[in-house]
Parts: sequence; C-alpha cells; structure tokens
Amino acid sequence: MEKENNNSSRRNFLKLGALGGIALAGTAIASAVTDESTKATGKKVKVLTADGKLVEIDSSLVDHHAANDDYSKEEIRQGIEGKKFIRVIDLGKCANERKCITGCQKAHNILAPVEYIKVKKMQNSPLESPYWFPTMCYHCDNPPCTKVCPVDATFKRSDGIVAMDYDRCIGCKFCIAACPYSARTFNFGRPEQVKYSEEHKNDTSDPNHCSTPYAQEGTVAKCDFCTDRSAQGLLPACVVECPNGAIYHGDELEDVVTNGEDTVRLKKLLADRAGYRQFEELGTKPRVYYLPPVKRDFPFEDATEAQNTKE
Amino acid sequence: MSENINKHETFTQAEYMVMKDDLLRPIEKVGKAGKIWIAFLVAVLLAGVVAYIIQETKSKYVTTSLRDYTMWGIYISNFLFMVAIGLVGVLMSAILKLTNFEWYRPLSRIAEVIAIGAIMFGGISIVVAMGRPDRLLNLLLHGRIQSPIIWDVIGITTDLTACIILLFIPLIPSLVTCKNHLKNLPKWQLKMYNMLSFGWQGTPEQWQILKKTMKTLTALVIPLGVLICTITAWLFATTLRAEWDSTNFGAYFVSNAFLLSVAVMTFATFVFRKAYNLEKYLTEMHFDKLGQAMVLMALIHGYFNINEYLIPAYKMSGLHENTLLNLFVGKEAGFYWSVVIFGIIVPFLLPLFPKMRKPLPLFIISIVVLIAGWFRLYLIVIPGLLHPYLPIQDVPASWTHYFPSAVEMTVVAATFAGVLLVVTLFSRYFPIISVWEVAEGELEGKEEIFNYK
Repeated sequence: MEKENNNSSRRNFLKLGALGGIALAGTAIASAVTDESTKATGKKVKVLTADGKLVEIDSSLVDHHAANDDYSKEEIRQGIEGKKFIRVIDLGKCANERKCITGCQKAHNILAPVEYIKVKKMQNSPLESPYWFPTMCYHCDNPPCTKVCPVDATFKRSDGIVAMDYDRCIGCKFCIAACPYSARTFNFGRPEQVKYSEEHKNDTSDPNHCSTPYAQEGTVAKCDFCTDRSAQGLLPACVVECPNGAIYHGDELEDVVTNGEDTVRLKKLLADRAGYRQFEELGTKPRVYYLPPVKRDFPFEDATEAQNTKE
Repeated sequence: MSENINKHETFTQAEYMVMKDDLLRPIEKVGKAGKIWIAFLVAVLLAGVVAYIIQETKSKYVTTSLRDYTMWGIYISNFLFMVAIGLVGVLMSAILKLTNFEWYRPLSRIAEVIAIGAIMFGGISIVVAMGRPDRLLNLLLHGRIQSPIIWDVIGITTDLTACIILLFIPLIPSLVTCKNHLKNLPKWQLKMYNMLSFGWQGTPEQWQILKKTMKTLTALVIPLGVLICTITAWLFATTLRAEWDSTNFGAYFVSNAFLLSVAVMTFATFVFRKAYNLEKYLTEMHFDKLGQAMVLMALIHGYFNINEYLIPAYKMSGLHENTLLNLFVGKEAGFYWSVVIFGIIVPFLLPLFPKMRKPLPLFIISIVVLIAGWFRLYLIVIPGLLHPYLPIQDVPASWTHYFPSAVEMTVVAATFAGVLLVVTLFSRYFPIISVWEVAEGELEGKEEIFNYK
C-alpha cells in the first residue's frame, strides 16, 4: 500500500511538471501527458484545473489507461482523500437529448439498452407540467444497497462514491432489489455486449473513457461517477457530453460544482434554486441533488422516438 | 368419540407382526408403478440439470427471461415456496408432538422428510438464481453478518442439520426393525441398516436417551423453522420497495407457510395411503383433522392477508398505489384474485363441511391450495419488481414483463421432482411411518391414532 502511494505521488509530481508546460496546473489532472504526442486528434476534452477553471485541450494530450491497468482492488475500495463527490442536476436545462446516456455508454464500453444514466419523463400530477428527469446511482450516504450485500462487493467509499468490486460480486442481485431508484443493472451476458466487451476491452479511444471496467458477466453494474476520472479531476462522461450543461459535478468539501462551463458554489446553488433530493422520505440521503424544472431553457417536447427497442 | 377411547389395549405379538409387515412392505418390494414413478422423477431431475448447464454455459440473457427490473424470477419465488412447505416438519411433527396431539404419530416422519427435501431444494433454488455460483465460497470468505442473505444461509443450514438429526434419531430403532424383519433385501442394504443403527440394543437407558434427545430437538426445530420463514420474508422486508415495505411480512410468510404445510401434508398423506396401502394407519380421521387445521390456518393467513393488502389499500399512499392497483384492478388482477379465492377462501370455506374433509375431496383442495400458494409467492416477488418507484421507460419490450423461459421452468420442475424423489427414495429404503412410534401410541391406549370414530 505504502509503495503504491509513493508511486502515485511520484507520478503525480512528474505529471505536474509536464502539465506546467502546457499551462495546466494542479494535481487534479492525474493523467500522464506526454510531450511527444504530436498528432492532434482534433477531439477536444474538457479538464478542470485546481482553481476550478475549465480548459479544453486536445484529447491526444491526455493519456488514457487501459481498462484496469493500474486500478488495483485496494484503490477501488479507498476513496480519494479530501474529496466528497456530489452532483446537482438542473431539471430546467434537460431537453432529453440523450447525449449523457450515449456518452456514458461509450465511456464505459457498454451497449444499449444498458444505461447507467437514464432520462425519464416525469409528471408529478396531472396539473403539473411534465419534465425530463435524468436519474442514475445517487451514491447515497445511507445506501440501502451496500447494507444488504452479503459479501461486501458493493461499498461506500470515503469520497462518497458507492463502488462495486466486480471480482467479488456473487450475483445474488439483492442490491438491485434494495435500490428504490432502480439504478442498478445486471450483466446477464447479452451476446452483443459480451462480444463488444471482448473486442473493446483495451479500447480507450473515447476521450471520456472511464477505466473502471464494465461488470463481468453475472455481476451487478451501475454508475460509478466515473471513479477514475473523478479521481483525476476529470469530469464524468455524462457531464462532459450534456450539450445543455444540465449536470453539475463537483466536490462537497470544496463547495464547488461544475457543468463544464459554469463553476458554481454548491451550497449557494442549492439554496438559491431550491435544490432537493429524490424521495427524501426514504432516508437514503442521496448525493445527487435536483434543481426544480423552473425557468426552463426549453419547452417540454415529448419524445417522438422510442428508444432501446432492440432486445 | 366412541366410548372405548380410554380403553387401554395392548396388542398381541401377532398384531405387531402384521403392523411391521404393513409398514415395511414398501421397502421390500418396489412395484412396476413405483419404478416408473422413480424413473420419471429422475428424468425430470436430469432435465433440470441439463437446463441448468445450458443456463450456465450460454448467455443468461438468452436462456432466462430475467432482466434488470425482473432480476428475480421464478427461481426466487420457488425458493420461497420450498421454504414455506419446509415448515411442514415443524407443524405436523414438532408442534403436534409437543402439544400431545397423538394423531401426529404416523404423520411425523412423512412431514420431516418432506421438510428436509423442500429445504434442500430451496437452497438449491437460490444457488441456481445466482449470477456467479462459482463464487459461492465468497459467502464464507467475505460474509457480512449485516446482510439478510447471510442470515438465511446460517438459518437454512442450521435448520437443515437439526431436521436431519431429528429425522435420524427416531429412525435408529426402526433401522433395527428393518434389519431383523427384512431378510430378503440386498446385502448392502442390510449392512447399511446395521451400520446406521449404531449398535442399538433397545435398552431402557438407550430409550431414555433417545426420547430426551428427540424432545430437545423437537423443541429446537420449531423456532428454527419459524426463523427461516421469517428471515426469508426479511429478504424482502429489509428493502425500501413499496410492495415489500411491510412490518407484517414475517408473520404473513409464516402464516402462509403453515397453510401450505397443512396442504402438503394432506397431499402426501393421501398419496402414501393410496400408493402403499396404508389406509389402516393413515385414516380418515387424519384427513378430518387436517381439514380442520386447514380451516384454521386459512383463517390466520386470511387475517394477515387483510393486514398486508387491505390496510395499505385503505390509505392508498402514493408509494403503494402503483403496485396495489396493479394487483387489485390492473394487469395482475385476475391472477391476484384467483390466488385469494383458491389460496385462502377455498381452504377456509370448503373443509368446514365434514364431507369435504374426506380423503379425496381434501386431497383435491390441497392441490388447489398448493398451486395457489405457489402463485401467491410468485405474486409477491415479480409484479412488485415491475412497479418500482421510478417509472420503467425506454427499455426493450422483454424488460417490461416477465414470463419464465423454458430453462427456468425446467429447473423449477426439477426442484419439485427433486423433493418428490427425496421423499420417494426415502420411503423405499426406510419405513415412512415410524413403526415404534405408532406401536407406542397404541400401547399407551391412544387408539385415536387409528380409529377416530
């Protein structure tokens, strides 16, 4: 353990130097950036600097780790020190463009119909207007799923993330039953997915690639807040891909969240915009907050196209 | 009741020999029908094994109908059913024994064997439902006592062990009877009786130890049996889902298990009586008593059913509305009300009439109750899963409903065949009615065991 920490801090130091050269500062960017990489891919990635600024750099400047290459089991179980990840979703900004869904699927190398993040049409009562409601694992502070896990394969980390140990999960699916938000999904070994996973197991080409692997066959998977990207200070795929900036991701301890364009004070945002959590009465204490769908950027347009019709 | 109920009648050696002959006959000779029956059960069991191998070697997305929302299917509801009928040993053997209902004597061993078979195949049902059965050992390596699954693992293994010991100990004198009485059996079988009887002499001291151990174990299996039913209910009640969010769930499951226990006992009593010509021992009186027990248990279960469904329905809170309306008037309504009628009202009303407590009518009622009971547990598990708090949207058609696949149905059928095979084979190698317990009852003048009227 000790050794690993030393290694990673040395790595961080080296990276820091390299990053200084391209005017990107901060340990938050923990991906290796190489000077030799000459071919710009043209794809831009957004990265967050330590002082909360978001800059766009070419994706070739960011090195992606192959799945699981230096993500040890111990690391998965430990939270990132000094972090408490949190998320705020502005329902007024969601137009159901489904970019978060497809971005997430690409980043995790998963195929539809499996969705870590879903967008649902909600209408609380007939007189209220409908709205789009992006939902995912809420990384609850009182998680009903981790309580029931018989083997500690899903657990709460110190940085707020509810993570999965796919090597330990026995596939009893009790956590799926326990989650009142239906956030979890099970790898039943859908043939297309198995083939795709096999073909793309070393595919890190997606600029938002998340190195935490997809669940093995027979285990439970779910949104992991793009654990490794969060660790590196990169924004999760859904946040980056949302064209309307509806998803704010950040750190409760820093009191800051960002949607990739605006970086705002978390508490002020929640206070000013009447932030709430879904099903507060269940006592799960989600780490994902919603801003009510007022002052909408878009009128509500019902989805005309049925999604995920393919088995 | 007849006037000679208190007449102490000791029977002659000749009568005892007749009794032995009657009760040991199924071991001596397996008829053609018996062989076909065993072959049939083995075939179904093997079909289940093949189906399971197909399920595990191919994609579960193809071989099963399980999806993200209905991730628990008939494997889990079948597990609940097995645990429920596993309570038959508690009700029809332990409770009757401890409360001195003497008519338990010819029933107790049948009940215990069914209980053991059901609990065994209940456990197997759970493993079959697992995504990664190869990691079963993780339960021991990384087990967390906070998880109700671990409670269930501990409860079921403990209960199964206790039940096996409780079955075995009163069997010891019977084994000696078999060894001495049945000379035409294969050598290995006689050797097995000899080995398993552990040199039983039948001395007063041995009898004393046997009776004492039996009493302790009998008292022990009652809380254990109730416990595993309750823990199984807690697998559901410890979640936040509306359809299972009930403080009534443990009692609801136990009352259901008692009702199904009476039904399965009736079923088995009828079959054994007919198949092995045991009319003299499994009498009409037993059916009369079982019918009365069925009325009582249906009433109790009906009571808990009202608590479970009608009281939340009265309030119709936003959280429960979704799943309750689906059961009462929605897609599952026909299903739900049939289960209420055939699973609660029929076993409550019909056996009130003495004519319905005769063997054949009660046998038919018990089959109806068992089928309704299986579907009741199905209705507890599956429709609720399809009605979560957040609406199901944007998913393929197969994710929005559940109908078990051929593989799942074959495996479930195999678990039934497995239980029946355990019971059948046991009755072919060991006396399914305890000779000494019945004889003892008669020696003590408790002839109501045989002749009720």
